[in-house]
Amino acid sequence: MAVTDKNGLHAIQLERKESAQGACWSCGDMRAALFCESCGKLQPPAPTDYFSFFGLPWKLNIDATKLEHDFYQFSRKLHPDVFSQASEREQGWSLQKSSQMNDAYRTLKDPIARTEYLLKLEGVQLEEQSKAATERARQTGEVKKQVVPPDLLEEVFELNMQLEEARVNKKMGEVDVNLENELKQTRKNLEAKFDALDYELKQYWNEWDALIDRAAAGDSDAVPDQERRSIRDKMVDLLNRRSYIRNLVRDVSEVLE
Amino acid sequence: MADERVVGIDLGTTNSLVAYMEGDRPVVIPGEDGSNLVPSVVALDPNGQILVGNSARRYLIETPDRAVYSVKRLMGRGLEDVQEELKLFPFRLATDLQPGEVMRIKLGDKDFTPPEISAYILRQLRRNAERFFGAPVKKAVITVPAYFNDAQRQATKDAGRIAGLDVLRLVNEPTAASLAYGLDEKKNGIVAVYDLGGGTFDISILKLHDGIFEVIATNGDTHLGGDDIDNLLIAIALDDVEGDLRVDLRRNAEVVQAIRKSVIDAKIALSTKDSADLEVELPSGKHYQRTIPRALFEQMVEPILQRTIGPVKQALKDANLEPSQIDEVVLVGGSTRIPRVRQMVKDLFQREPHTDLNPDEVVALGAAVQAQILAGGSEATKDMLLLDVTPLSLGIEALGGVVAKIIHRNSTIPASATEHFTTGVEGQTAVAVHVVQGERELAKDCRSLARFDLRGIPPMPAGMPRIEVKFLIDANGILHVSAREQRSGKEAEISVQPSYGLTDEQVENMLLESFDYAEQDFAQRQVIEARNESNTILAALEKGRGGPAWQQLSPAERNSIAQQEKALRAVMEQDDYQAIRKAIDSLNEGTTRLAELMMDSAVSSALKGKTFDEADTGEGPTAPHPFAPAEIKSE
Repeated sequence: MAVTDKNGLHAIQLERKESAQGACWSCGDMRAALFCESCGKLQPPAPTDYFSFFGLPWKLNIDATKLEHDFYQFSRKLHPDVFSQASEREQGWSLQKSSQMNDAYRTLKDPIARTEYLLKLEGVQLEEQSKAATERARQTGEVKKQVVPPDLLEEVFELNMQLEEARVNKKMGEVDVNLENELKQTRKNLEAKFDALDYELKQYWNEWDALIDRAAAGDSDAVPDQERRSIRDKMVDLLNRRSYIRNLVRDVSEVLE
Repeated sequence: MADERVVGIDLGTTNSLVAYMEGDRPVVIPGEDGSNLVPSVVALDPNGQILVGNSARRYLIETPDRAVYSVKRLMGRGLEDVQEELKLFPFRLATDLQPGEVMRIKLGDKDFTPPEISAYILRQLRRNAERFFGAPVKKAVITVPAYFNDAQRQATKDAGRIAGLDVLRLVNEPTAASLAYGLDEKKNGIVAVYDLGGGTFDISILKLHDGIFEVIATNGDTHLGGDDIDNLLIAIALDDVEGDLRVDLRRNAEVVQAIRKSVIDAKIALSTKDSADLEVELPSGKHYQRTIPRALFEQMVEPILQRTIGPVKQALKDANLEPSQIDEVVLVGGSTRIPRVRQMVKDLFQREPHTDLNPDEVVALGAAVQAQILAGGSEATKDMLLLDVTPLSLGIEALGGVVAKIIHRNSTIPASATEHFTTGVEGQTAVAVHVVQGERELAKDCRSLARFDLRGIPPMPAGMPRIEVKFLIDANGILHVSAREQRSGKEAEISVQPSYGLTDEQVENMLLESFDYAEQDFAQRQVIEARNESNTILAALEKGRGGPAWQQLSPAERNSIAQQEKALRAVMEQDDYQAIRKAIDSLNEGTTRLAELMMDSAVSSALKGKTFDEADTGEGPTAPHPFAPAEIKSE
């Protein structure tokens, strides 16, 4: 998308990897990025993915401290407050770019959000979280496809019965202490499973990152798409399981309140 | 020094203030009467003149149907939201309101929307600043409660515009307070700001570090404050009166306001004393009196204060912090002077709150700091940056009335989200979008922000158009929307119907009207000031006549002065400012020699050790009149 300003200069959309062959609208220098490297003037916003915004490869392990530091550095330079006295055009750019940056930081900072985002970049639609699926379900009145993690099938069945019973009790105003204790224990177990998922996810991250490293190194036995897909699927599966367990824990907590 | 003055304004429920940065410290600008606080009260006096602040306060009791207080509680709100509150206010709404129209409040025979009323307060603050600087002031930072929603923020911005101000930024009150604190303390750490004002409660948790003030989480209640305490006590008093004296005075606005004043005085007294008295003169000469011990007061208001606990706990949860991880708790707002509040805060956070800063002034001081940051000028503020958040989730109403959240609460602003829509019907050229703010599942339980019609979609089969809608929350916390049909690349026109707001056109009209009014105001003010000045001179002349200097004048001089005096007295009765001015100048000239003679004798008297009377300068201009005796001030 080429943007022409009134001086006839073009600022060209940034490529993901290298700094663009763009010209600074203010001083004409090449290598325009967030700011012109020559004259320091703010450049117009460009569609970039969140990783690239922070100069990061599409890898899942991130140095959180560095990310925070960069966020503060960029904020000091991009925030609309800094452009309060600047031209209206620059103010508009600062507004857009700082919102882009805030969105990027928020997403990359949280491990799950980061994972989901990467999967989205890879073209994956997370079934459980897919808003489209929810929409469709609500529209057609169908029950949304529930992906019950296979290793939980038995537990879930048992748990659902217990929850039903507990809900009825609640309605009646009765309290079954044994049932409550059982539910509390189940919740504890689920929470432990939930925490364990963090460790599992980290493994996948490492696998993924290794893949990216290989691709970047331009390995001649290029990474087959299959490997990429396989790791992706494992992560999607984990996120679904995680989401499912979280919902179960929530259901139990609701009943126990 | 900046060539254009920028100020920070705290537009409070009960009191408003204006401040600026003097070097490296923010300072509150006093009003003409020397007071730092301008009560947020607006009244229409018997002459049809608008009064603001202390001079408006007495009309609250005398003619409560011509006075407004706590208008902040009505900003950006719909009629349905304020029905309960309106019952307790003495003012009435305009009778010809249409559904969906912004409410208008009647003051005498005139009516005003809440932003217009707020604009009067802002104009007063602006005048105070201009008088102080001796220069025009156009740019300001105005504070809002952190928990204010989009409509409430927009209403505040509108008020600024109507008052002729260029609102550089809306800043959240707790964040502003943290700026004042941070500038003062210069420490890094996690700070919680507990802000309980007249009408609103905010709790914000911030990370302060190397000049960056990053809000991590914020929560609150825009419907909770000192006013609720007052209203509870008023209700109790009215019940008492009805019980004891068998008369229901709820509809008697003057009595209710008198009770209100007494209740507020007692509440304030109870912050330092163990008991206070309510005392009100009732109609027909009866007298209501009740002693309230502090313990009873605390018992009565406990449920109100307890309402602050939920938001505090939620904010801590959203921030993922335990109270023990908070390094400092800063108290803001007049209501935090109540001892029970301080105790509650201490219990919540397991530490003594920081009370060095004046809870009434700290927000205005912080706003002044932010104003300086935006003006970009100062050594003290050059490394400071505010990173605030949006307090409420932004969502779109989806099919079935459910909310699809697109920007979550506590997201750092500016923040954005992009959503895609399509049409349901063949050839559909417009799509309706309903945007809401809030945390509830159903749209009807959230605050309706606006309904957008995206028009100008090229006719296509149903489901084909791909309309990309960009939502952007700016640094003021206000929403902007843009839309584009992606297949054709056409920008969709968005007509915004703000749910509780004024249209741009309405604001423009109000601004223009205010110019006329301001002219009128201004002209009237000039006449009043000139009359005051005349009185000063005439009083001094009277004094002069009785002294020895008068004797030293020739008969011709004395005669000439007498004529000028007569002319001035005549013209003072009229409304012609120019004429009065001329007469003053003429008399001044005529009495120059007299003044000199008096000055000489004054000096010689002083040397003889005699004291010297000061002329009563009244409310006139503060520059000493040449005719008045010299004042020797010790700084």
